[in-house]
Amino acid sequence: MTILIAALSGLLFACGSWLLMQRRLSRIIIGVGLLGHGANLLLITSGGTGGRPPIIDGSPLSDYADPLPQALALTAIVITFGITAFLLALGYRSWQLTGDDQVEDDVEDRMIERWEADHAESEHPDFDPDAELPSDLASNQADQP
Amino acid sequence: MRSLVPLPLAIPLIAAALSILVGRWRNVQRIISIAALTAVLGISVALLVGADDDGFVVHRSGGWSAPLGITLVVDRLAGLMLVVSSLVLLAVMIYAIGQAGQERQRVVFHPVYLVLATGVSASFLTADLFNLFVAFEMMLAASYVLITIGGRPDQVRSGMSYVVISLVASTLFITVLALLYASTGTVNMADLSVRLAELDGGIRAAFALALLVVFGIKAGLFPLFFWLPDSYPTAPGPVTAIFAGLLTKVGVYAIIRTQTLLFDAPDWMGTVLIVVAVLTMTIGVLGAIAQDDMKRILAFHIISQIGYMIFGLGLFTVAGLAGAIFYIVHHIIVKTALFLVTGLVDRRAGSSRLSEVGGLVRSAPVLALLFAVPALSLAGIPPFSGFLAKFALVDAGIAASSWYAVGISLAVGLLTLYSMTKIWAGVFWGEPDQQPVREPQTDGALGGPIGMIGATALLAAASIAVSVFAGLIYDISERAGADLLAPERYVEAVLESEK
Repeated sequence: MTILIAALSGLLFACGSWLLMQRRLSRIIIGVGLLGHGANLLLITSGGTGGRPPIIDGSPLSDYADPLPQALALTAIVITFGITAFLLALGYRSWQLTGDDQVEDDVEDRMIERWEADHAESEHPDFDPDAELPSDLASNQADQP
Repeated sequence: MRSLVPLPLAIPLIAAALSILVGRWRNVQRIISIAALTAVLGISVALLVGADDDGFVVHRSGGWSAPLGITLVVDRLAGLMLVVSSLVLLAVMIYAIGQAGQERQRVVFHPVYLVLATGVSASFLTADLFNLFVAFEMMLAASYVLITIGGRPDQVRSGMSYVVISLVASTLFITVLALLYASTGTVNMADLSVRLAELDGGIRAAFALALLVVFGIKAGLFPLFFWLPDSYPTAPGPVTAIFAGLLTKVGVYAIIRTQTLLFDAPDWMGTVLIVVAVLTMTIGVLGAIAQDDMKRILAFHIISQIGYMIFGLGLFTVAGLAGAIFYIVHHIIVKTALFLVTGLVDRRAGSSRLSEVGGLVRSAPVLALLFAVPALSLAGIPPFSGFLAKFALVDAGIAASSWYAVGISLAVGLLTLYSMTKIWAGVFWGEPDQQPVREPQTDGALGGPIGMIGATALLAAASIAVSVFAGLIYDISERAGADLLAPERYVEAVLESEK
């Protein structure tokens, strides 16, 4: 049983990490959710084999499951839930602003792109910058995966 | 004294709740925030004095003794951190009120800021690794809101990467906690310190490195720093200042605490830390050279400065740790002051880009003075606090014959001076090459509203005070360093039963 849960947790981590690498915010959010589930499952498993209730009145100690990891996992779940809600709101705001939930390149990347564009222009006098280079930096990401 | 320990956590949290209730009246919110943060500052000073007298002030919530109950501990390191962080939190709050930007427009600014203050205090106070996670989450959740407050496109863009990176770090933290609990059966740090020693060396090494990665992401260590210079500069001025000054340093605090208390500082860990520290210093300072925006230059310098603190830790000597702690105290104050000045420059000149600002030394000499003090201190010019902090670290490095690291840290210091000179030449001397996009606001004889100038001057004065009272602060840091290298004192103080 523990092996199964451990494997499941590993699978969740794998899927979560893959989704996290995507460029669309909606996928990133699902990825973060899966990662959180994987971690919480691991936290529950750390209390030993499952299937027993945490506290039973009057029964011997060996019948209990360890209640502490369950309490910790509950706390972690609540936190993950809250942050995921915030991320969704952020994704919605991004969609409102740009009509897309694609994550843009950062400032540095855009600066380098602009520099390269200027550089190419000066090095090759007959190079036509309008043919290949986008005029607006914000539209650079359109054709990227 | 013991009953004071939970207050730096309880006061801002209760104040945050009150602040939501009176959201309609901004002046009442302001009074609550200032009163709460001032009270926390006072209590922190009392706690530092108490901790310096006895070594440890331990509070057991509900009278439950340590590994079972929730324990809060103030030792010399936590006390120093509390005092500096509450001073900075108060100064930035005054600045935000003076600026009347997002603070005036949004109901949530005050409550969220107070929750951030709670999270920072809780991170310093807790003696329990899981509560450290909760404290981090409190601080981070508040920081997510503050970094995107206003909802501009660039803020949403950088806020996203900030939130996702922090979430990955938090998930890793839970994973490490789960594995630690599975192998030791406890999350209390004192208890962990005892039980981890019984584990196999390889497993301990894995835990040490995993925790270094978790906190390294939050602290901005090489190679985990890439999110920092992108996300910090987009937030509103006072928010950037508090993030730059405090948040990464909470990560550094967690690294120092866990590496000294939980693990027995093996030699290879010292080497790992020093190599990481040197790379962090170098990459940060080189990144800053390429920048044109004052905020981005300073953001890269945060990374570079984190390297110095980790270098002090990596030596694992009393002098090294004392230097690192002194450096953190100096850095929190100076860095926050520099970002506050940047906010003033941004407001006065309509831009913080070096190419769009110029000649402020004539039009706003007060700003030039307020920039010069922390900038010279950051660059390590005597007699400012930065010189003393770097001197302490270099001295400790030479004593430990860590020649390469000492040499590189001195070279990085020179490059820091170059960056500060570049800002000075671009912003305060010279003429702007381009017109700023926004209209400059030239009201106020001092170069800005009195609240903003006052708060910045307070921190600039505090940085001078750090160098005036350097002997006192260094002595406390030295005792704190000695405590950190003798973790059995901490364990004994936390685990001894209630008398």
